[in-house]
Amino acid sequence: MKDFRYIEGVATLRLNAAKCIGCGMCETVCPHRIFLVRKKKAAIGDLDACMECGACARNCPADAITVTPGVGCAAYIISAWIHQFTGTGGTRCC
Amino acid sequence: MDGFVETPAGPVPRVITALSFRDRAGAAKTRLGIGRYEYKVVPGLYCAGIPGPEAPVLVTANYKLTFDALRKELGGLDAWILAADTRGINVWCAAGKGLFSTEEVVRRIERSRLAEVVSRRELILPQLSATGVAAHQVKRGCGFRVLYGPVRAADIPAFVRAGNAADDAMRTVTFTLWERAVLVPVEILLLRKPLAAAVFAILLLSGIGPGFFSPEAVLTRGIPAVCTTLLAILSGTVAVPLFLPRLPWREFWIGGALAGILTGMATTWLFHGRVSLWESLALVLWSAALASYLAMNFTGSTPYTSPSGVEKEMRRAIPVQAAGGVLAAVLWIAGPFMG
Repeated sequence: MKDFRYIEGVATLRLNAAKCIGCGMCETVCPHRIFLVRKKKAAIGDLDACMECGACARNCPADAITVTPGVGCAAYIISAWIHQFTGTGGTRCC
Repeated sequence: MDGFVETPAGPVPRVITALSFRDRAGAAKTRLGIGRYEYKVVPGLYCAGIPGPEAPVLVTANYKLTFDALRKELGGLDAWILAADTRGINVWCAAGKGLFSTEEVVRRIERSRLAEVVSRRELILPQLSATGVAAHQVKRGCGFRVLYGPVRAADIPAFVRAGNAADDAMRTVTFTLWERAVLVPVEILLLRKPLAAAVFAILLLSGIGPGFFSPEAVLTRGIPAVCTTLLAILSGTVAVPLFLPRLPWREFWIGGALAGILTGMATTWLFHGRVSLWESLALVLWSAALASYLAMNFTGSTPYTSPSGVEKEMRRAIPVQAAGGVLAAVLWIAGPFMG
């Protein structure tokens, strides 16, 4: 994925190192390989490669990771904006 | 299917590990967007080869395109396949929507009575399902340990042979030229209805002139405008996805706008003499706005755009696209009056 870089400085991913138990689950599930586990502690390597899929946070047994997960899809975001505006629920996408 | 394997939980259907002509035709139709939401297999337990109680359990989605991608890789392998009910949606999208979830995996294990069929309490899930499934909660929910397998089904035999170990390449998503190309047809075909509406509006606007409405202008002005629209669609939905890694801009709307300007200039050059300078400007603006919008929409098909990034790009792009579109319409209507 080195050929594909997206907008920098926006990813909402945060890691609380104090809570981390070093299990390595985040390193396993990340589809962009941004975590590194050294000496029983995980660290975020390449934050700008994060696509906020949320796999790491969901699989962290220590709740040490937070991210605002979502679908990086313009059509979905537009329909969510419209629904927010009109107050109706339910969106359909991909 | 070619028969059943008897288990303590009843007969389990065995899948064929080669795809038939019908499977390929079904896949092609799905890629064209025909019956895409109804291309499913029945959720539940299946198997490949002659699996025993020690054989690995591969969990997957019940989208038939996904199910087929998995079973065609299982030649020579004895394995159980558990199809979760993801309502016919692929692994990653279903996980993102909460359909391929911890609850669904636990429920499917119970319904299929998997615990009676296998002796090992271990499941192999696709890595991309991790967005919706929490391994530690599956363990808590039904006692099965979750191992995340590779991203791609093609790497499963190597993963199993290596003692359930994946290397970095197996764990990384890719977005190759082919992976981008297969997404193009459905993107275009989903535009059928809006395109029909746009063509109608364009022809209507093209007829407006000093003589109130001219059926002749519907064609003389309408044809260049419709051609511009079609080329803009191709630049936003074909050119941008295919050239994606070569585009120097990270934001999709910029690449789309520039591709649209290029094709817009190409059509006005093709019709030069038939469209005025103002009309040409209108066509190029329309082309840029449309291609920019369509390119931005492609973010939903990529495996690397973050929602925060897409939202940031949209806040910049949509006002520009809307202004371009409105200005194009104004210039197009005003064109015949500015002899």
